[in-house]
Amino acid sequence: MKDKKCGKISAEKVNLYYGNFQALRDISLEIPTCAISAIIGPSGCGKSSFLRLINRMNDIINGVRVEGTIRLDGVSIYEPSVDVVELRKRVGMVFQKPNPFPMSVFNNIAFGPRQHGKSNKAELEEIVEKSLRQAALWDEVKDKMNNSALALSGGQQQRLCIARVLAVEPEVILMDEPCSALDPIATLKIEELMRTLAKDYTIVIVTHNMQQAARVSDVTAFFMMEEDRAGILVEYGSTSDVFTNPKDKRTEDYVTGRFG
Amino acid sequence: MRRPSPKTTQRLAMVYIWSGGFITVMILLVIIGYVVINGIPELSIEFLTTPPRGGLSAEGGISTVIVSTIYLVGLTMVILVPVGILSAIYLAEYAPDNRLTRLIRYGVETLAGIPSIIFGLFGYALFVTVLSFNFSILSGALTLVCLLLPTMIRTTEEAIKSVPYSHREAALALGTTRWQMISRVVLPTAVPGIVTAVILCVGRAIEETACLYVTLGSSAGMPTSLLDGGRTLSLHVFYLAMETNAPEKAMATGAVLIITIIVINAITNWFSARFQRKMKGVS
Amino acid sequence: MSRYFTDRLAKYTVLICATTSFVILLAIAIFIFKEGFPAFQEIGVFDFIFGDVWRPGQGQYGILTMIVGSIVVTVGSLLLAVPLGIACAILLAEVAPYRVRRILRPAVELLVGIPSVVYGLVGMIILVPAIRQIGGTGFSVLAASIVLMAMVLPTIISISEDSIRAVPPTYKEGSLALGATQWQTIRKVILPAAKSGIGASIVLGMGRAIGETMAMIMVIGNSIRLPLSPLDSARTLTGNIAVEISYATGIHEDALFATGVVLFIFIMILNSIAIIVLKRGRHAPTVT
Repeated sequence: MKDKKCGKISAEKVNLYYGNFQALRDISLEIPTCAISAIIGPSGCGKSSFLRLINRMNDIINGVRVEGTIRLDGVSIYEPSVDVVELRKRVGMVFQKPNPFPMSVFNNIAFGPRQHGKSNKAELEEIVEKSLRQAALWDEVKDKMNNSALALSGGQQQRLCIARVLAVEPEVILMDEPCSALDPIATLKIEELMRTLAKDYTIVIVTHNMQQAARVSDVTAFFMMEEDRAGILVEYGSTSDVFTNPKDKRTEDYVTGRFG
Repeated sequence: MRRPSPKTTQRLAMVYIWSGGFITVMILLVIIGYVVINGIPELSIEFLTTPPRGGLSAEGGISTVIVSTIYLVGLTMVILVPVGILSAIYLAEYAPDNRLTRLIRYGVETLAGIPSIIFGLFGYALFVTVLSFNFSILSGALTLVCLLLPTMIRTTEEAIKSVPYSHREAALALGTTRWQMISRVVLPTAVPGIVTAVILCVGRAIEETACLYVTLGSSAGMPTSLLDGGRTLSLHVFYLAMETNAPEKAMATGAVLIITIIVINAITNWFSARFQRKMKGVS
Repeated sequence: MSRYFTDRLAKYTVLICATTSFVILLAIAIFIFKEGFPAFQEIGVFDFIFGDVWRPGQGQYGILTMIVGSIVVTVGSLLLAVPLGIACAILLAEVAPYRVRRILRPAVELLVGIPSVVYGLVGMIILVPAIRQIGGTGFSVLAASIVLMAMVLPTIISISEDSIRAVPPTYKEGSLALGATQWQTIRKVILPAAKSGIGASIVLGMGRAIGETMAMIMVIGNSIRLPLSPLDSARTLTGNIAVEISYATGIHEDALFATGVVLFIFIMILNSIAIIVLKRGRHAPTVT
């Protein structure tokens, strides 16, 4: 059984351009391992764009340009020699709106391992059960493994998506506003799940919900948009510091609700 | 001259509009009704299983014609479906916004508008003559593939494009290559739509006449190989109408044709509806 | 790793498949022009197109009578199909209640699916004898126009219906709120707004009509003359090609390909017009 390794992410002077438009300016930070880091800030300031840099999902967009360095476990991920497909195995992502495949529950979870070459049925069953247990979903679906994943509730679908990511044994889990499409009870379940997972994985979440960031994360990064609409990192520190004792006035204004 | 009141013109206009619909339905009923009513009495198991014996009163049945039609449509589909699906995948998933893509789209759009007889001339020049396949099922099938390619590509492309983007994102984020994403997620999801495209093309292949008239030859015998000539149901109706005094046989064949096409239409609609439901997430 | 190999292989395979469409188009153009060119060379383009005598046995190849035949039949069919089609489109889009639409729309779709030979067959068996009662042999441009009308009708109906539906409902509401009757609204507001889509449907219908072959052969009489009355028989460009290609050789065969060239160019022009008309409209309808 592979020892779980929490991946270490760091960004150095990252600039992101969509064509001529600069979306992010000079972002530098180091994300702690085996902890939850939250990225907060008003809409449009580039939080999701930054998140997507870490697993290179931005590559799909035409005209995208990245300057600076992002490292996973010390190795820069934007080198031409980097295998993007392997990268995305090590850095998993959960999206805002749950997006299970139109397949059975089992096939959803087994999808990742299958694409990476696993085909032994017994092995797959073991992986699926383990992932579903880790995602706190096993008890609810163990009798419904062959039913369509689309028949699950929103909260269950999102936990399914988390289980799906866990099945490929990532080092980092990125979550892009994972609870914004869910009801409060489902949200709480997922937040509980995040705390459990943080023991074994590095988790980075983008969230609009400041209370959620305060509840769940160990470290918080506050992004903001400058006048030319480029996103910058305003403040970055432990969650309790950022929320109760912010160093920057802009941070203080945001977390006390004066704008946002 | 006094202008009629708006109320009067409204009433007259309604008469005009409703008669438009009425006449259209009448046309349909007359055509289908006449052929089916006159043709069905002639239909029998014997009719379907004996070969045509020719002659001015069209003795015999249509067994060889049915077999030829099946061979022809089968061969056409074997070539058309892979080429069409792969082309549609390129247009839906890979094609960048450059000149080559525009050229390909121009090709597809233009081909769609070219009349069948021109495809027939092309098939005659290339397959029958230059490639020496002669009048044969092979020539006919290759010509049909050219004719139906735009339809197959367009319909398949639509089916592929209606797979939600979120599925693609989810697959890529799990670490798949592009082709894995397409073949393991997008295509399986689009299957009912693709099946609709295939059935649609089968229907169109069966009703095609002009391009086959000049590439299939007119032999009414049983084809034993792909290099034999043959006659499809549509062509047989034509020959019966033009060369014999047996309108009932022509109508019987026509009835078989129409019934086949109605069944194919119904199946297409059923599959299409199923595809819509699948896209909306109901399993 | 083999899945990377598959990925790259797939990329090139789909590209090659996609280019076949354009390659086929090119091949068609090349072959048709190549085979037809000797005829143009020997007969002379002007004499070919405007010559009114087509007697291959005596080396005379003028397709004017067939051009006229095609045009007469197309125009005739559109004269009948356009008013009918627009009426039906308005019915479907604006006037008919749900229950009627449920019957009418599948009926129109069914019309699309009927093979051309069946239209020709019914034309031969019902129309031709009926027209014979009026005069001539019955095999006439009148019969051909009526048959073509039935074939072109579904095209006009479905595309016109789409473009009528695409007119923003605010236009309709504005007109009705001013006290106009439904027909006044349709005639003065909705139809003009939909006119580019309707125009495109007519152009597309024209393209279908000109390209129709087998049904024409069955009811038009195929005699080589200028049709001076609707009861005269005639021959279309398409019919000419189909009827003679099986036994034509030498310059005769080339002349038939040259007829194909004329047809091809004409259809390309028509299609380009349709695209321009469609694009110019603010409310471009969807073309199936």
